[in-house]
Amino acid sequence: MDRGVRETIVSTTVKEVQIGDVGAQAAAHADGERMSLNVGPSHPTTHGVLRLLMELDGDLITRCEPVLGYLHRGDEKIAENMTYNQFVPYTDRLDYLAPLANNVAYAITVEKLAGLKLPERCEAIRVLVCEMARISSHLLGMGVFGMDAGAWTPFMYTFTEREKLYTLFEELTGARFTTSYTRIGGVARDLPEGWMSKVEKFVDELPKAIDEVEKLLTRNRIFLDRTEGIGTISKEDAIAYGLTGPNLRASGVDFDLRKDKPYSGYEKYEFDVPIGTKGDCYDRYLIRIEEVRQSILIVKQVIASMPGGLWYAEDAKKIFAPPKEKVMTSMEELIQNFMIVTEGPQVPAGETYFEAENPKGALGFYLVSKGGGVPYRLKIRAPSFCNLSILEKLVPGHMLSDITVILGSLDFVMGECDR
Amino acid sequence: MIDDDFVKALLEGRDFISVKHRDDCLTLDCLPDSLIGFCKHLRDDQTFDLLVDLTAVDHGEEADSRFQVVLHLYSLIHKSYVRLHVACPDNQSPSIPSISSVFPAANWHERETFDMFGIKFSDHPNLKRILMWDDYPYFPLRKEFPLAGIEVPLPAADVAEVTGADVDPAPMMGGPFVASGNGRMSEAEPRAKDESWTEESEKPL
Repeated sequence: MDRGVRETIVSTTVKEVQIGDVGAQAAAHADGERMSLNVGPSHPTTHGVLRLLMELDGDLITRCEPVLGYLHRGDEKIAENMTYNQFVPYTDRLDYLAPLANNVAYAITVEKLAGLKLPERCEAIRVLVCEMARISSHLLGMGVFGMDAGAWTPFMYTFTEREKLYTLFEELTGARFTTSYTRIGGVARDLPEGWMSKVEKFVDELPKAIDEVEKLLTRNRIFLDRTEGIGTISKEDAIAYGLTGPNLRASGVDFDLRKDKPYSGYEKYEFDVPIGTKGDCYDRYLIRIEEVRQSILIVKQVIASMPGGLWYAEDAKKIFAPPKEKVMTSMEELIQNFMIVTEGPQVPAGETYFEAENPKGALGFYLVSKGGGVPYRLKIRAPSFCNLSILEKLVPGHMLSDITVILGSLDFVMGECDR
Repeated sequence: MIDDDFVKALLEGRDFISVKHRDDCLTLDCLPDSLIGFCKHLRDDQTFDLLVDLTAVDHGEEADSRFQVVLHLYSLIHKSYVRLHVACPDNQSPSIPSISSVFPAANWHERETFDMFGIKFSDHPNLKRILMWDDYPYFPLRKEFPLAGIEVPLPAADVAEVTGADVDPAPMMGGPFVASGNGRMSEAEPRAKDESWTEESEKPL
């Protein structure tokens, strides 16, 4: 064998590389003409009004700058100018795919500062609606993610199930979408008669639909090719960028506020927290599938153990309005109702921070009160805002067509991101 | 565990921090100059490696120290939060050091705080507005900013430069779609200014 041939053999040694590595190497060596590409703010990929300013070298993304604020409504300023209960409808419009979970997180924050203890039934109702909201949000997240990767059919299955949930929400709260179900110190009304058996029937049938979706997606060659090894977030990066929720857990970090800092009685229910290993888009999809299955378990447990009693804190005279029939018949309750409506629920001065494990991540409220019925400052820590901040680091090195999959897998909502 | 021993060990040799209260979580006052070093210590030695939130509170124009930056750190080991209060030294042009070198998550949070309160974070890699547009002249979450907002020209300078188009803000009051309420409708409502009919003579079919 002469030297020339041997050299050829040596140079063809295969080295295992990751897709991100190849992209990063190519990006480092790219010296061709760069092209600027603007995606959004209104584009099907961006799931709302996110705008991405990108620099491309061919199909390779070398720079990505997210531009936010197209849905900024000034919720925090508005909160400073209204009473605590008046802000509940605004929380519907944060993560508008899981409004019930937002309602609950906000109410718990204010109650935490007021030092309220709620009856068991109220806490159980809140857990129930939170988990239903999680199922609803993940059903949409999974369906749309499949669609982003080019699979239309799973979306039809998940949307059918979500529609059933919305019918249940409507029966409970009077609204399909903007539920505004909680009040400071309780919930707006008790569960309707026969409602829980309908929920039970729904969660009994839901696993079948999830199985169908899994059959279509989980071992689908095209879906695997598009999601595996794409958008990999390391454990360290996920923590450094403040990711929470399924996106953080997909990267292998065991952090679930329902387990780590249980609120509203989550410690009473048994469930597992799925953790990913690689942190790529496929892992994030698997985590959401498993979370839906775990939520079904929680819903079943809550229904089986639903305590009786009141659905609001009766002794919180300055916070929760009395029942209507008492307002109409008794002087004391009439005055109490009048004071709460005009002055707002009375919350002592102080500050508090509360985070709830929402479908998109940890939704936090930082509340500063100087006493009275109006917050002095309410900061909303939106999980989608933090989850998106990693885009600048995550996207460069990927192909343009990966953008849809990466954005779909992060499952963000701009209503919450921009507030 | 965040207990008395933990707090005592944390305070030892660090006169730049003091315990403010421990109502819902350990709340510390921190001097701005020592913030970066202390955050590094919390992250590397005390496992508070998740910056969950960074924001500010405006205590009003009369307050001695008007702007206060508030940080929330979470430890996955201790399973609890630590809150840091950092008072901005100057009320007119508030500024504190940026911690985005310690926590990359702080990058966007600091941009938002700058956007809403006008607090400058020195050494921030990209301190510009994030929710409002770049040319926006006000800081909306300051207490003197009115709830109704202040009308400003729309952010289309670059579009206008290329297209030569004029962009006027949409009318909020007294515009073409708002009747003045004085006099007859056919006079007050511009869209009704169809000379062929009035309230007296019916519209021809």
